[in-house]
Amino acid sequence: MSASKVDQSASKIDLRATPKLRARRTRASVFRWLCQAMTLSAIVFLGLLLFQVVRDAWGWLDWNFLTSFPSRRPGNAGIKGALFGTLWLISFTALISVPVGVAAALYLEEYARPGRLNTLIQINIANLAGVPSIVYGILGLALFVRGIGLGKSVLAASLTMSLLILPVIIIAAREAIRAVPSSLRQAAYALGATRWQTVRHHVLPSALPGILTGVILALSRAIGEAAPLIMTGALAFVAFVPRSPMDDFTALPIQIYNWASRPQADFHHLAAAGIVVLLMVLFAMNSVAIVLRQRASRK
Amino acid sequence: MRADSRLGAVASGGQTMSDSEPRSPARAEGSPPGRNAAIEGSVLETRDLVVRYGDTAAVMGVSLAIPERSITAIIGPSGCGKSTLLRTLNRMNDFIPSVSIEGRIYYRGLDLYGSDVDPVEVRRRIGMVFQKPNPFPKSIYRNVAWGPQINGLDTNLPELVESSLRKAALWEEVKDRLREPATSLSGGQQQRLCIARALAMEPEVILMDEPCSALDPVSTAHIEDLMFELKERYTIVIVTHNMQQAARVSDHTAFLEAGQLVEFGDTNRIFTKPEVRRTEEYVTGRFG
Repeated sequence: MSASKVDQSASKIDLRATPKLRARRTRASVFRWLCQAMTLSAIVFLGLLLFQVVRDAWGWLDWNFLTSFPSRRPGNAGIKGALFGTLWLISFTALISVPVGVAAALYLEEYARPGRLNTLIQINIANLAGVPSIVYGILGLALFVRGIGLGKSVLAASLTMSLLILPVIIIAAREAIRAVPSSLRQAAYALGATRWQTVRHHVLPSALPGILTGVILALSRAIGEAAPLIMTGALAFVAFVPRSPMDDFTALPIQIYNWASRPQADFHHLAAAGIVVLLMVLFAMNSVAIVLRQRASRK
Repeated sequence: MRADSRLGAVASGGQTMSDSEPRSPARAEGSPPGRNAAIEGSVLETRDLVVRYGDTAAVMGVSLAIPERSITAIIGPSGCGKSTLLRTLNRMNDFIPSVSIEGRIYYRGLDLYGSDVDPVEVRRRIGMVFQKPNPFPKSIYRNVAWGPQINGLDTNLPELVESSLRKAALWEEVKDRLREPATSLSGGQQQRLCIARALAMEPEVILMDEPCSALDPVSTAHIEDLMFELKERYTIVIVTHNMQQAARVSDHTAFLEAGQLVEFGDTNRIFTKPEVRRTEEYVTGRFG
């Protein structure tokens, strides 16, 4: 290269950066700073948002708030019904969607023949992941609430939510299963393992951390959704805790929306407190999943 | 898929070699002559074997009889179909949906692709060691014990694990760390662990697909020594693109080119007085 000049007079090699290399290095560091700035801005905005919510909720979020039902007087209003409704909803959603999603992903990856039909299914699942949640709400209303007569129950909403997050779980689980090296499967088959033994002992354990990541993302989405719940008839004013999956219920996003849309400023504080509770539930849920994931990947 | 659609009448479970051996002569008598008369002393035999991936044939009309308790090397340039040939011998190709097979493969006179043959049962008896060491991400002990466990072999597991590791010349190096993950071993040790894992199934045949290509010379020498010991009890088929290795370890050598068997015979003869010119050119390094 012409740029690599050699100091002939001293018969020494010049290892200092050439102008060309300096320009390359500048570009590299500009890119690095750009990435860092983007990351930082995301964190800053998240922090601002959190700060504002917590500031609004300050003084309103106390034990009374957690143990009281909603009231027309902001001072007495609490979130108990919505909190328990959300816990019921997310538990049943997980119970339904995780087994179905993982089983579907296993079938598509390990059993189904790759081919046009498989590709078609894959594209359709990816498309379903992009369908607006309100559409799932309408489907849930027609299918579960009215069609099979579950009414405005926890179960109907959980089934609807499961439909909503199934594509996400299936896609994540497929990716995780596909990432399991085929040499592992071959090793198992070569020892006279059946497909199920191979899947059960090697493919699933290896894919588990990835599957759990997908489940976390999917359930995090489900817990914040309000639109499908409005369609399937979650109530806005609930002064009780659901006792069975067939009971009426409300959920945190609905309650928050309800409070936020009222004109009085006090209700806005309640909404902020509700958001903090929602975030804490989400945080607790994710912590459990992360612990599970780490335990799975350590094995 | 194919592997499952061929689930046959052969019972799985605690069955051992002796269960099927009385059956093979009976079947040989009942089959048409010339199709099933196994060559004396051969364990595996291919007859006009054609293996296709979709429309492309990777193996074209190979007839090969693999002698018992010896090492047979399959050599040839990259892409000549040697790995494909090897993988049809224990039905590992069943997992590739586009693969189709013509011709016959006989294992002790039994048609390996017959409708009453369960591929899982086949793989129990014909073990395989792969190009890259592929231990399970579990402990050393579990790696060896898993095969016998899932196959319900009724044995003393710790004893079987020890004897398998001894046979694979790995016991002394790992006896104090059986609970440690197999991935903590070196590449050469991992490959010997994979051999121990295959041996734990007490197979009759061990297929090795370039078992040393990912290893350093010292580990390679280890594995080659091991193969010498193993051939006393097992039939070994090794695919290698290392001609020195084939010359060193094998008793018989098959030279494959473009999916066709060019020459098959005594390793000594193949490397000193080959009958076909292509073989001579290949083993002397003039091409390939």
